[in-house]
Amino acid sequence: MADSRDEPLVLGIETSCDETGVGIVHGTTLLADAVASSVDEHARFGGVVPEVASRAHLEAMVPTIDRALKEAGVSAKDLDGIAVTAGPGLAGALLVGVSAAKAYAYALGKPLYGVNHLASHICVDQLEHGPLPEPTMALLVSGGHSSLLLSADITSDVRPLGSTIDDAAGEAFDKIARVLNLGFPGGPVIDRYAREGDPAAITFPRGLTGPRDPAYDFSFSGLKTAVARWIEARRAAGEEVPVRDVAASFQEAVVDVLTRKAVRACKDEGVDHLMIGGGVAANSRLRALAQERCEAAGIRLRVPRPKLCTDNGAMVAALGAEMVARNRSASSWDLSADSSLPVTDPHVPGRTHDHDHVHEVSKENLYS
Amino acid sequence: MLLLALDTATPAVTVALHDGTDVIASSSQVDARRHGELLLPAVDRVLTEAGLGLDAVTAIVVGTGPGPYTGLRVGLMTADTFGLALGVPVHGLCTLDGLAYAADIEKGPFVVATDARRKEVYWARYADSRTRLTDPAVDRPADIAEQVADLPAVGAGALLYPDTFPRVHEPEHVSAAALASLAAERLAAGEQLPAPRPLYLRRPDAQVPKNYKVVTPK
Ligand SMILES: [Zn+2]
Repeated sequence: MADSRDEPLVLGIETSCDETGVGIVHGTTLLADAVASSVDEHARFGGVVPEVASRAHLEAMVPTIDRALKEAGVSAKDLDGIAVTAGPGLAGALLVGVSAAKAYAYALGKPLYGVNHLASHICVDQLEHGPLPEPTMALLVSGGHSSLLLSADITSDVRPLGSTIDDAAGEAFDKIARVLNLGFPGGPVIDRYAREGDPAAITFPRGLTGPRDPAYDFSFSGLKTAVARWIEARRAAGEEVPVRDVAASFQEAVVDVLTRKAVRACKDEGVDHLMIGGGVAANSRLRALAQERCEAAGIRLRVPRPKLCTDNGAMVAALGAEMVARNRSASSWDLSADSSLPVTDPHVPGRTHDHDHVHEVSKENLYS
Repeated sequence: MLLLALDTATPAVTVALHDGTDVIASSSQVDARRHGELLLPAVDRVLTEAGLGLDAVTAIVVGTGPGPYTGLRVGLMTADTFGLALGVPVHGLCTLDGLAYAADIEKGPFVVATDARRKEVYWARYADSRTRLTDPAVDRPADIAEQVADLPAVGAGALLYPDTFPRVHEPEHVSAAALASLAAERLAAGEQLPAPRPLYLRRPDAQVPKNYKVVTPK
């Protein structure tokens, strides 16, 4: 059973999209971060194909768990708990991870924690910069999400301030990369081209930044269309498309809005630090502009290393460890994957009698 | 020997324990939408009924389908992970073979058919309850009408298409008890059981975009 030690040893499993992630943490210390990605299998489709991702998760899971245990140099029987992404994400993909986590926890006689993918993206920063300040302001940006979240307690209190009303930020990168024939995924390649381009070359629109617009919501659909139209007009006129300038100007429009709204949210809420996570947090211009604006506003910026920003198992383990440390109730054996798990549910606790049941079963199990 | 058998390749979520001689506990629920929720509690129930812990299990048998993918993977992933945690072998058995075995037909031929959705069935032809004659396949019932004409047909797929399968034979659903008994019989005969690999029989639905360029209307 989870005791009140503050340094729990937890294994986390993440399968909400195309990465099979298994991480192991000891409290806020990262011990292993094993990831198997099916991204190459999706590239020719120009986006993640759910069934391809689910098949790949099933194949990769056991080897990835093995790899994580070896990397961490720990034995499964010493774990204090198993955490898994219960949602949000692709339903079929999530279910593979949830099935594995339940079977593993049950077989080892350990408590199971179904946790929220978005809260995990925030909590992972504990592995990089130590315990999260409370409250924490978080900007999560990836191919699947663009959210501003305020968390007073990452295990129990996460409040959405705003999110995208259409495309996720990462999706916009993918779409513009596609228009520019740069392949999939779009984030890294746009970042690379943008470094050699002029971000002020073309003025693209900044979505939802008018005085009457919602202060913390995002919109990238109009920007995407504006960039595509600009490129197609050039092509129609038989002119060469200045890929580097387009990439830089498009990227600037995205990160300008993201950082502007995040800094404003910090000021409005009186929070003196900002955490940025999700795959787009690997973007070099987003990091630089956020740093600049946070410094100017007296806000401390926390951004984990890129490998911890993209989907991985360590982030799930990090949140699971926090659940154990704060004595949150474990999930029950009928835990299901919830593709639209609300961000306000950092984890999926079992019902009270099921919680007792967890421990009753544990006694009968393998290593007790 | 203690075999734990499970199958989630069809709407049935089914679990059984077999001690090498008999099935000592089993559970079957039919609910096509809740495989993920139902399986682990069913395993727990079956073990409790037998008064045993999971650590007593010496081998695992899992139905490999064919079956709709999301449910099918629940059983396979659970079996694989049990195998990893317990350090015991994990065997696969074709889900249709479990149905054929449960039908207890000594003289065939007959067919087994399960629902493949999209107006298709997963099916195979058998000489008797222990002998499959064809590889599992996925087809529209009308397209295989000639091959299965006048044969008794076992399984929910047969019940769905009476025009193609007029002679329906029990049972409708696969049971892990049958799967476990078949596995125990084959293992006792010194046979090697197949690896626990999913029989999807279809490629993922995915289209390669034809043209990356035009994303805006004219
Ligand atoms: Zn994510």
